[in-house]
Amino acid sequence: MDELYSQSFTIQGRNFFDAGKASTEIKTILKQLGIDPAIVRRVAIATYEAEMNVVMYAEEAILTLEVAPEVIKIVVDDRGAGIPDIDLAMREGYSTATPEMREMGFGAGMGLPNIKKNSDELKIASAVGKGTRLEITMYIR
Amino acid sequence: MQLSEVQRLLTCDVFWGKELLGRDIKSGCASDLMSDVLAFSQSGALLLTGLVTLQTIQTAFIAEIRAIVFVRGKKPDDDVISLAKDREIPLLGTSHSMYEASGILYQKGVPSTMECPSAVGLTKGI
Repeated sequence: MDELYSQSFTIQGRNFFDAGKASTEIKTILKQLGIDPAIVRRVAIATYEAEMNVVMYAEEAILTLEVAPEVIKIVVDDRGAGIPDIDLAMREGYSTATPEMREMGFGAGMGLPNIKKNSDELKIASAVGKGTRLEITMYIR
Repeated sequence: MQLSEVQRLLTCDVFWGKELLGRDIKSGCASDLMSDVLAFSQSGALLLTGLVTLQTIQTAFIAEIRAIVFVRGKKPDDDVISLAKDREIPLLGTSHSMYEASGILYQKGVPSTMECPSAVGLTKGI
């Protein structure tokens, strides 16, 4: 694909203070690239939920944004506990969150379903004890 | 509805954003669960919440919330106010409960922003 823009971000697990910085930056970048505001909002929501998942459950992740004329791709590759049962994790309301996560207004089992809802395509691969890789695709129509 | 009218109706303190009280609010949502705000709200809404954390501000920015009213007398700390300034999101506070505050605004014609699957058709203000 002809790439218009590409950038990587590092997200630290357990760092609630900085949680949301990568998605905020991505939102600003996509706006500056002139992407349709409705698409920018959906990408920002999916990315923010993915970022919160890393902060809550993983040790560290690399988030890569790639923008091409017809498609936006976000890949979040984390090092962490992994997801034993992806189908179960995709169910609204299923959660393994701690009280600390719930105090932040997250951890109610809406993260992955929200990412799916705000993506055109979502691929998840996970290895228990190693980590999880999310590929979020959004078509620019 | 202008934010200044929201302030008057809910007898709000303004923690930050006095100069932004002319901002127009299209609709409202009320939740302490930020994932629900991300899942169901639309751009341009007012958020009523009792959750006073940095994630409240980040969520508001990502979901394009125009202003936040903290309910139940909750007060933001300096870090939260500082992030709200950075994101240009006005912060107000009321001693009303979330139920009361929502009811007052809904009765005055502020519709719900939340598009919940089973509530389609019930989202218009009175």
